[in-house]
Amino acid sequence: MIYDALIAPFVEFEFMRRALAGVLALALGGAPVGVFLMLRRMSLVGDAMAHAILPGAAIGFLFSGLNLFAMTFGGLIAGFSVALLAGLVSRVTIIKEDASLAAFYLVSLAAGVTIVSMRGTNIDLLHVLFGNILALDDQTLLVIAFNATITLLVMAVIYRPLVIECVDPVFLRTVSRAGAPAHLAFLALVVVNLVNGFHALGTLLAVGLMVLPAGIARFWSRDITGMMMVSVGSAMVSGYLGLVLSFQTKVPSGPAIILVAAALYVFSVLFGNVSGVVRQLFPGRHLEA
Amino acid sequence: MTIGRRVFLVGCSVALSLMAMEPSHAQDKIDVVASFSILGDFVRNVGGDRVAVTTLVGPNGDAHVYTPSPADAKKVAAAKLLVVNGLGFEGWLPRLVKSSGGSASIVTATQGIAAHQRDAHDDPHAWQSVANAEIYVANIRDALAKVDPAGAATYRANADAYLAKLAALDNEAKAAMASIPERHRRVISTHDAFGYFAAAYGVEFIAPQGVSTDSEPSAKDIAVIITQLRISKTPAVFLENIADPRLMRRIAAESGAKIGGTLYSDSLTPENGDAPTYIDMVRHNIRALTSALAG
Repeated sequence: MIYDALIAPFVEFEFMRRALAGVLALALGGAPVGVFLMLRRMSLVGDAMAHAILPGAAIGFLFSGLNLFAMTFGGLIAGFSVALLAGLVSRVTIIKEDASLAAFYLVSLAAGVTIVSMRGTNIDLLHVLFGNILALDDQTLLVIAFNATITLLVMAVIYRPLVIECVDPVFLRTVSRAGAPAHLAFLALVVVNLVNGFHALGTLLAVGLMVLPAGIARFWSRDITGMMMVSVGSAMVSGYLGLVLSFQTKVPSGPAIILVAAALYVFSVLFGNVSGVVRQLFPGRHLEA
Repeated sequence: MTIGRRVFLVGCSVALSLMAMEPSHAQDKIDVVASFSILGDFVRNVGGDRVAVTTLVGPNGDAHVYTPSPADAKKVAAAKLLVVNGLGFEGWLPRLVKSSGGSASIVTATQGIAAHQRDAHDDPHAWQSVANAEIYVANIRDALAKVDPAGAATYRANADAYLAKLAALDNEAKAAMASIPERHRRVISTHDAFGYFAAAYGVEFIAPQGVSTDSEPSAKDIAVIITQLRISKTPAVFLENIADPRLMRRIAAESGAKIGGTLYSDSLTPENGDAPTYIDMVRHNIRALTSALAG
């Protein structure tokens, strides 16, 4: 019974195994990035960046058709450009980072839609370009795994300055000049993982497996290491249960994964160890010696 | 209604009527707008030199999820005759007609066709049966004659010639399908646009998606298809020109079914493609089906 519900789909169907592999790789790379996004109050930046990637992918498609690498590359370029330009404008002018990013991502999104419609047909470009998690072919799976690996490696290299910048940026500036490069590398990771999420979840939900698990993790751990563990774990569980849900009911897979993550999030808000609602209403008795 | 909104609406209608007033470039020809490429081909065949045909959803476009542009509103406003498929195929069209403020008469090409039902909706893809296409052509002929009585004789002659071709095509399709053993006449296609084709020519189509290309398939849908293919040993699986080809390759790889070329359902291809006209499209589909199922 339980075997039928939870394991049989993956034993029987290769597309389910591929989807699972894809979503696990996605969780491994995206969730830790999401934790840092959250700690730096940049969760919505991730969402904005997801839209900014569109024109790059569209141009890649214009030049070489359904070529995975051209589209990924285009998306990366567009994402980086928007991130860098937005940062630059906010540094040299009076505009703050959020307004600057909002302006650039809107420009980027509009350009993307224009490019898509100029191609003459009205095929839903992203649907064709990025398919969905049930249609992961070898190439796509390799790209996702490769991007996740790169993410973890870069993360290991910039971990120290990244953490210090989250908790005490002024201190970091006095002891090291690694702050700016680390920040840029981090933005690059955000873009890489968004492009990754595109392949499996599409534009709107790409950011879901980064932001929701990080939110969940915040309720269960006080230190960054713990948060990263919980976020990766909950992202993987969401991916797995989402696929099972999509298999057993008729919910499309991408939304199913995000809905499971959202359910975990609501549970965490209510019952979380750290500042969960129930915990605050009924604080346990203090330990007495 | 607030004043602001009223001003906005007035502005919109002024803009649209300005567009409508621009002189049409084909002065002496009758301007006909067809909602998608297959209808456009019918109109071209019946109207011949007397009409200038524009199609809103061009080759390889998907009429189910089309979003009209201002240029489309302009074409509709300038047209004498608007040819639509009906049966709920062009959900976006009624709004476009209203907002464009044109005076075109509208002909529903499926008039007189007994619609198949699918999930409690009419299945709009009636043109997939050549016998129905003959009704389309007759409707278009009558509508053109009404709009342009001077050309009625020409339209009748053109339509008769074209109908003869269609009748031959229908026989050809029936003969080709009859040559395949009955237990082999089963295929999977991404889009269940072939309900009428299936009924007319005795081929069973199984589709992983609903009747509209809007809905995304769930893992369960895909699993159902693969299981079905494995159990029934369906020999072939077909890609369509407007849905995710990677999903189809996945299904084929896992079920051991053969990928048989592309079947065109909702749109023709550009001039240099496999199916620039309706007759080419039907021939192409028959050839693709027979070569995949014969083996």
